Amino acid sequence: MLDGIKIAALGVMTFLFAMAANYGQEFVYQVHAVLLMLASAAAFIWAVRSTGSPKVAAAAPVEKGYMDEVVRYGVIATAFWGVVGFSAGTYIAWELAFPHLNWDLPWTSFGRLRPLHTSAVIFAFGGNALIATSFYVVQRTCATRLWGGNLAWFVFWGYNLFIVLAATGYVLGSTQSKEYAEPEWYVDLWLTIVWVAYLAIYLGTLVKRKEPHIYVANWFFLSFIVTVAMLHVVNNIAIPTSIWSSQSVILFPGVQGAMVQWWYGHNAVGFFLTAGFLGMMYYFVPKQAERPVYSYKLSIIHFWALIFLYIWAGPHHLHYTALPDWAQVLGMVFSVILWMPSWGGMINGLMTLQGAWDKLRTDPILRMLVVSVGFYGMSTFEGPMMAVRAVNSLSHYTDWTIGHVHSGALGWNGMITFGALYYLVPRLWHRERLYSITLVSWHFWLATIGIVLYASSMWVSGIMQGLMWREVDAQGFLVNSFADTVAAMHPMYVVRATGGILYLTGGIIMAYNLFKTAVGAGESTAPATTVAAE
Amino acid sequence: MDTYTALRHFADSWAVLGLLIFFGGVVLWVFRPGSREIYKDSANMIFRNESKPKDD
Amino acid sequence: MSLLKKHAYIERNAFLLLILSFLVVTVGGIVQIVPLFYLDNVIEDVDGMRPYSPLELAGRNIYVREGCYVCHSQMIRPMRDENERYGHYSLAAESKYDHPFQWGSKRTGPDLARVGGRYSDAWHVAHMHNPRDVVPESVMPGYPFLAERPISSTYIAQMMKTHRAAGVPYTDEMIEQARADFQAQADPDNGDVDALLARYPKAQARYFDGNTAQVTELDAVIAYLQMLGTLVDFSTFEPEASR
Repeated sequence: MLDGIKIAALGVMTFLFAMAANYGQEFVYQVHAVLLMLASAAAFIWAVRSTGSPKVAAAAPVEKGYMDEVVRYGVIATAFWGVVGFSAGTYIAWELAFPHLNWDLPWTSFGRLRPLHTSAVIFAFGGNALIATSFYVVQRTCATRLWGGNLAWFVFWGYNLFIVLAATGYVLGSTQSKEYAEPEWYVDLWLTIVWVAYLAIYLGTLVKRKEPHIYVANWFFLSFIVTVAMLHVVNNIAIPTSIWSSQSVILFPGVQGAMVQWWYGHNAVGFFLTAGFLGMMYYFVPKQAERPVYSYKLSIIHFWALIFLYIWAGPHHLHYTALPDWAQVLGMVFSVILWMPSWGGMINGLMTLQGAWDKLRTDPILRMLVVSVGFYGMSTFEGPMMAVRAVNSLSHYTDWTIGHVHSGALGWNGMITFGALYYLVPRLWHRERLYSITLVSWHFWLATIGIVLYASSMWVSGIMQGLMWREVDAQGFLVNSFADTVAAMHPMYVVRATGGILYLTGGIIMAYNLFKTAVGAGESTAPATTVAAE
Repeated sequence: MDTYTALRHFADSWAVLGLLIFFGGVVLWVFRPGSREIYKDSANMIFRNESKPKDD
Repeated sequence: MSLLKKHAYIERNAFLLLILSFLVVTVGGIVQIVPLFYLDNVIEDVDGMRPYSPLELAGRNIYVREGCYVCHSQMIRPMRDENERYGHYSLAAESKYDHPFQWGSKRTGPDLARVGGRYSDAWHVAHMHNPRDVVPESVMPGYPFLAERPISSTYIAQMMKTHRAAGVPYTDEMIEQARADFQAQADPDNGDVDALLARYPKAQARYFDGNTAQVTELDAVIAYLQMLGTLVDFSTFEPEASR
């Protein structure tokens, strides 16, 4: 009966998307309707094929053990989107150094590729990493299989469909021009459905856990999921111009819109890129160091302080704008206080290595994790400093912000994800070790040097441009035209793009290493017994 | 406006105090007597149940 | 001691953890966002502000589509160098019909909040075709395709209706006459420019891209750029004491 409804619903959906493709007012809407039609047709065929005879046999006993197949898919997707996102970023970095690379075409211009880059690294690479690791961690720490059965597959495929819709939309010019929330209304709706399913799986698994306590990593993951749901829904409230159109009008105008956007934008950093990744830190750092977290008590204080303070920091993106001063001051004060829980967390992560510091010499994976926590500490010091209005008056609108974001994103988010992937792949594919530890070392150094080139060149270019803008001569006239400052930054743009190439190369090496590990190359013995079909 | 001003005064007096007390409470609670054993157990949770669920 | 026991309960109960952490993260947003909807200096009325004309709105949609906000801000801060370079600092009211706002966050290129009237149409045409022809140091992409793409007003009334639903005061008349106004602004020789100006004071009507044969995306973009920051007359503007 239920299968019948499912099949009928998928059939109707396929038909409706075909209709939408016909009535669509813009090309991008039609492309998306066709994509969705194909996706629902595929789901329809899958549903028809899996309904019927073997049902009875498949019903009960397979739900054994941890649900790791979906985590394996998540790991593959993370590595794939990582390379895609780094490539896009490196390419647009070269565009800024050599504008001819825009080719005068709409699809390859900086304005369209930049959202592609940010979404690919944050949502595709980071999001898949968070989904995969959170599914892995919640099962181990709850000592139980994921709740919801195939719902986990829905989350994985649904989330990646969201990414494909967003990415194709950007290239074809579909955007609501809200940074880090560019996808249009129907893509937002789809993500909301997927995200609710993700929350349900997570809560369901926590409820049926076999351990008395909820491990602190799950606190961070849970708050990440629920806060992102709130931010996403409020920030994307929009009225579509027609159900046959990809265009919509955002409900909140001007000042209110700016405040909502940066409340969202800053907490996309605070909860997507910080709370979620701290969940990873609290699991993978202790596991790789083979000793429990330094202070569990500190981790609890860290949690409550961090989630309470982060949500207030958004207005520091709007210093000296038309946003009322009281809101700016609130944002500044909370940003500065936020330094404390951030460093509490950093200290907790680093001190976990107490008594195991020697492992840093021999274990490049642990080195990666520790360096990522180091970058976390550095960025969470730099951030509060830049949130001070006096500093912000210089740094805002310049590359300093870009450098700050990347020391956090490449250093903290990137490195901890690499460490987690190197940890996960041998375990998930039942290999005794990674294909090559030497390649991990190569990756580590390429990535680290890449970040250093990136961050330092952006400091120089940002501070230089900020100072050049405000320079006045003895008569009180501006010394530099805007174009002068652009010309002055060219060498820094070349250095930055070179750093990007190094970081991308490291990512490609990682993908190769993980692939060789997964297929079992270089195993000393015969491949370990294959997993029982799940 | 009046509602706003009233709320504003409430926010920067009692609400701040309340939040501080809540935070102090969390800290005190974390350091409550007897918590050490519970947290030691929780922190070591990740080293159990590595390859299969508890009751499988 | 009962309080302590309750706290231990939080650590064990997934739903309670969910609800508590949700409450904790909502406080900041409520305090910072809600007042913005009724504080006087944020929702003040400033003389001269009006909704975008149909052609300007179409141009704004192209500005959004091409991701111009990624490199150009539209928010002048109250600092000496910015006021010298770009003009009077931006008022909250100046973006009150912007759904969403276009303040931006990065100036890879200069601020555009008051770019209207600063350059000639011919300069914009050349600049869009290849920015380095007029600004050799520029790193902006070229947009030669804008001049070649005709733009249609088929869906502009639908777009304005949606803006009205979001709070922009478009009148029934403005929506009925949307296509006529669109045409008149880009093709003034064959349209009722006076009616356009009555509905949208200070609207500029001319052949923005210099091409009289058809209305292109470049017409719309230049119409939008040329009106940015021109609505409020700062020679008569008096800031409210509350700011």
